[in-house]
Amino acid sequence: MIENWVPALSSYAKDIDFVFDVIFWIVIAFWFLLVEAVFLYLIVRFKKRDGVPAQYITGEIKSEKNWVHYPHLAVLACDVVILFLAIRVWYDVKQHVPPIDETVRIVAQQWAWSFVHAGADGRLDTTDDIKTVDDLHLQVGKTYAFKLESRDVLHSFSVPVFRLKQDAIPGRVVTGWVKPIATGEHDIQCAEICGIGHALMPARVLIETPEAHAAWIASKGVSGAGE
Amino acid sequence: MSAAADRPIATGRSATGMPTGRLAVWWIIASEIVIFGGLLGSYVMHRLAHDAFAEQAAHTNTWIGAFNTFVLLTSSLFAVQAHKASDEGDGKKAARLLYYTMAGGVIFLVVKAFEWTTEIQAGYTIASNTFWSFYYTAAGIHAAHVIAGVIIMGIVAQTAKKNLELQRVELIGLYWHFVDVVWIFLFPLLYIAK
Amino acid sequence: MVVQHADPAHEHGDHHATQSWVKKYLLSTDHKIICFQYMFTGMTLAIVAGFFSYVFRMQMAFPGMNVPGWGLVTPSDYNMLVTNHGAIMIFWVAMPVLIAAFGNYLIPLMIGADDMVFPKINRLSYQIFLLSVVVLFASFFVDGGGFGGAWTMYPPLMAKAEYNLTGAGSSVFLLAVALEFVAFLLGGINFVTTAMNARAPGMKLYDIPIVVWMIVIASILFMASVGPLIAGAVMMLFDQQLGTAFFDPNRGGDPILWQHLFWFFGHPEVYVVLLPAIGIVAEIITVFSRKKLFAYKTVLNTAIGTGILSFTVWAHHQFVAGIDPRMANIFTVTTLIISIPIAEMMFVYVATLYGGSITLSTPMLWALGFIGTFLIGGVTGIFLGASGADIYLHDTYFVLAHFHYTFFPIAIIGTYAGLTFWFPKMFGKEMNETLGKIHFWGTFISFNCIFIPLFFTGMLGDHRRIFDYTNFPELTTPMLENLRAFATLSLIVMLGFQLVFVYNFVTSLLWGKKAEINPWRANTLEWTTASPPPHGNWPVLPTVYRGPYEYSVPGRKDDFWPQDAKG
Ligand code: HEA
Ligand code: HEA
Ligand code: CUA
Ligand SMILES: [Cu+2]
Repeated sequence: MIENWVPALSSYAKDIDFVFDVIFWIVIAFWFLLVEAVFLYLIVRFKKRDGVPAQYITGEIKSEKNWVHYPHLAVLACDVVILFLAIRVWYDVKQHVPPIDETVRIVAQQWAWSFVHAGADGRLDTTDDIKTVDDLHLQVGKTYAFKLESRDVLHSFSVPVFRLKQDAIPGRVVTGWVKPIATGEHDIQCAEICGIGHALMPARVLIETPEAHAAWIASKGVSGAGE
Repeated sequence: MSAAADRPIATGRSATGMPTGRLAVWWIIASEIVIFGGLLGSYVMHRLAHDAFAEQAAHTNTWIGAFNTFVLLTSSLFAVQAHKASDEGDGKKAARLLYYTMAGGVIFLVVKAFEWTTEIQAGYTIASNTFWSFYYTAAGIHAAHVIAGVIIMGIVAQTAKKNLELQRVELIGLYWHFVDVVWIFLFPLLYIAK
Repeated sequence: MVVQHADPAHEHGDHHATQSWVKKYLLSTDHKIICFQYMFTGMTLAIVAGFFSYVFRMQMAFPGMNVPGWGLVTPSDYNMLVTNHGAIMIFWVAMPVLIAAFGNYLIPLMIGADDMVFPKINRLSYQIFLLSVVVLFASFFVDGGGFGGAWTMYPPLMAKAEYNLTGAGSSVFLLAVALEFVAFLLGGINFVTTAMNARAPGMKLYDIPIVVWMIVIASILFMASVGPLIAGAVMMLFDQQLGTAFFDPNRGGDPILWQHLFWFFGHPEVYVVLLPAIGIVAEIITVFSRKKLFAYKTVLNTAIGTGILSFTVWAHHQFVAGIDPRMANIFTVTTLIISIPIAEMMFVYVATLYGGSITLSTPMLWALGFIGTFLIGGVTGIFLGASGADIYLHDTYFVLAHFHYTFFPIAIIGTYAGLTFWFPKMFGKEMNETLGKIHFWGTFISFNCIFIPLFFTGMLGDHRRIFDYTNFPELTTPMLENLRAFATLSLIVMLGFQLVFVYNFVTSLLWGKKAEINPWRANTLEWTTASPPPHGNWPVLPTVYRGPYEYSVPGRKDDFWPQDAKG
């Protein structure tokens, strides 16, 4: 559903949308509508009518208890399905790490993002690293690992089109991965309140074709070094 | 209006058979337990995370800690006897034993004051590092409870002397045992585990 | 407040009749007066927090506009408004009104006691609560302004003035919250001990009305979960004022620790406010469908089950906060499991309607409205509980809409339900039904118009606590802007309809028709004494012979059977 409005541009974006959709169908389209329907029906059906007294039902007898007992077993079953899907996707995104092509360092601070790209040699912490502020350059189809750091308070690195969100914690390096699957330029948000500038730290992710990406690196040349 | 006159009938009832006052004290103790539980839990988590804690802890004075543990335990003993006396309806004796208990609390506080001054002179303040932060915070909150206990006990002793409200002797005793038990947890955590 | 004096015949009546106004309403130890104190303080703060939401929603929908009644909303204004809106609504509206006010009023009256067992502690608890309100308001005016780091108070932002720029404000705010906790720990003593020990002769455990059970369980939940956070608050205060480093990563502290302490309390807390509301609804739907509550014991068990489970789910607020990803799986499981007792509770309420004889009076409308809307809040919680989906949804407006669909039904709809239901008993007057229905439909519809759109803005990427989305190209689309504007306008409509309530409340209070002792023909004990009840509640305290929900018992000419009626 979400991809109708927010393009799904990472390898796992579609899986996350899928979990969302399944939950929607089970919990909203089925359960919620069902319960509301029964609820409204009963209200109308048993509206006060003269001469028709209410029935005396304790709900303590087994046969009556089953009215709620069976549905609530069904809920349990639904929970199991949802759990299975949710944990599977969670595992792919947050627990297991695929073979990495390149690593980028992401540093959050009040109130800006800075990115350290591996540069020409494809390795981080070498002289040809390219440091940028507020725009992240990625090459489509490459699998990136990111090292997320914060200089001051909590921030959260959030890229809606990737369905990726991860808090940055001062004093720690949080790692994760993402594989962009289509080119384009999109928003990066900070999704954790970080002071008065919390709304003022937008950044952009530029997903480029191999050629364009190479060109960008070349344009930076050695000049970007050291910074 | 006198205290007894405006006391509602509800106060006298006991549908569970357990005295309402005791229920209330247990409620207070329970909420205190979760407070200290949270604090000590945080301490243990830090402790496991940083080995540095251990050598910091080495600077605490185990002997003073041990002495204070002994003092508190004895004072609890007096509290128990005070309870016994109050059951026998001997308010005077109960009050006297409560005074002994209070004395225990006071000694504890004096020793603690002495201990802290030496620590601070040695340069270990609450802001030195997380171990000492926990050391002063935990012991400090506990000391606050000792002070509160001593004061309340004084009030209870006053009424007990006149053979009034003797049930209170048991209640303050309960509270005092709790304060004691908290220290039983603090002592090994802050002093012994090195 | 129109509280009649007890008839002189009554033991307490005489000397209280001669009390001064201050003694009677400000220093009273009467549980009914203390209820009103909590109730009106809570409502006043509801108006404050509601006004805050109006201000920041205006800014959000029409960035940079000069908001009528406030002016320009700076980023620090915005954060402060959001933070305090949330904190006030939960700690100073939902808890005082649902637990303290209704708890104080209903527990003694429903179990047939003349007052709480510790009236002085009861009064003290309100006085500390009032103090916490004063301290909270003080925090807005200290230099640097009010705290704006979200009601969750995450460090290091909360801990360091150089980061939050409200050094004094954040400490004072923290102090206010801590005082509020103390007030409710004290209040809990009375709720629990009174319900346990002061029951009328003959009232067995399963004869206690559900709402009393719920308030007692909620108090216990609160007591058992708040401790670690109180300890955390002390540590935080020391970090701010004494230079300790409990939560400072650069000096050996751990900022995530606070999140655990906060949510270990924070999640049980949401059920602390849920349960009393659920209880109020139980009382109302049984009366207005003339039905015995379906499976009384089941309701009780699900409440207790929910309470126990609620201690095991807290980290579902921290899925992407940097906790060990394997831990997230455990909390996903526990979180989804908690849907089962609550689902069962919902099913039981729906089942109670079956075979009833339903009158759609104002209280009943509110009660049914609660069930209808809370379901939305509940089911959307499942999206968030599913760790995989929460990666995207975390801290978006989807979360926000989720919890407003739980909190609004609880704190506002639930309160209105209880208020309209017990108004005749509390004040001895009847409320105007027509105005009541207008107020209900107006509030109910506009409420849905506020928050349904916010589910979509959340799904489209709106994240929380943003004072101006124009910095984000993808969040400046016409669709999103229209949704935001629509929600804001609906809010203004809703606030407008609250005036209907205030008008109805005041006029009924002054000129309303005199209410009889038992206008709704209900069973529970509070309906067996005068409206309003005298000081001491009954000239002679009642005795109980049966459960609270014996409606439409076959073979009786009346369709209700008061708990204290011998035959
Ligand atoms: C009283 C308030 C209240 C209540 C009752 C709930 C109830 C639930 N909440 Fe909610 N929640 C909040 C208040 C509340 N919440 C608040 C305030 C926040 C945000 C805090 C902040 O960040 O500021 C929050 C945030 C929040 C999060 C974190 C989101 C994030 O920040 O990323 C999660 C995640 O698991 C969650 C889950 C749930 C679940 C599973 C329930 C369950 O209890 C719901 C169970 C009920 C049902 C499921 C409906 C009935 C069942 C059926 C109709 C049967 C069909 C159902 C199934 C088949 C499953 N909530
Ligand atoms: C009980 C809880 C509660 C309630 C009822 C509400 C009510 C409302 N909330 Fe609130 N809100 C929170 C709890 C609550 N909120 C929390 C915890 C947060 C998170 C804060 C944070 O991020 O730190 C939040 C944040 C929050 C945001 C997010 C801001 C942001 O992240 O940028 C928004 C945005 O639209 C919002 C809107 C509203 C609106 C429009 C209402 C409207 O429903 C308000 C309507 C107004 C009234 C109902 C008042 C009228 C009352 C009377 C006339 C007196 C009678 C009173 C009684 C019967 C009690 N709220
Ligand atoms: Cu950085 Cu919010
Ligand atoms: Cu939760």
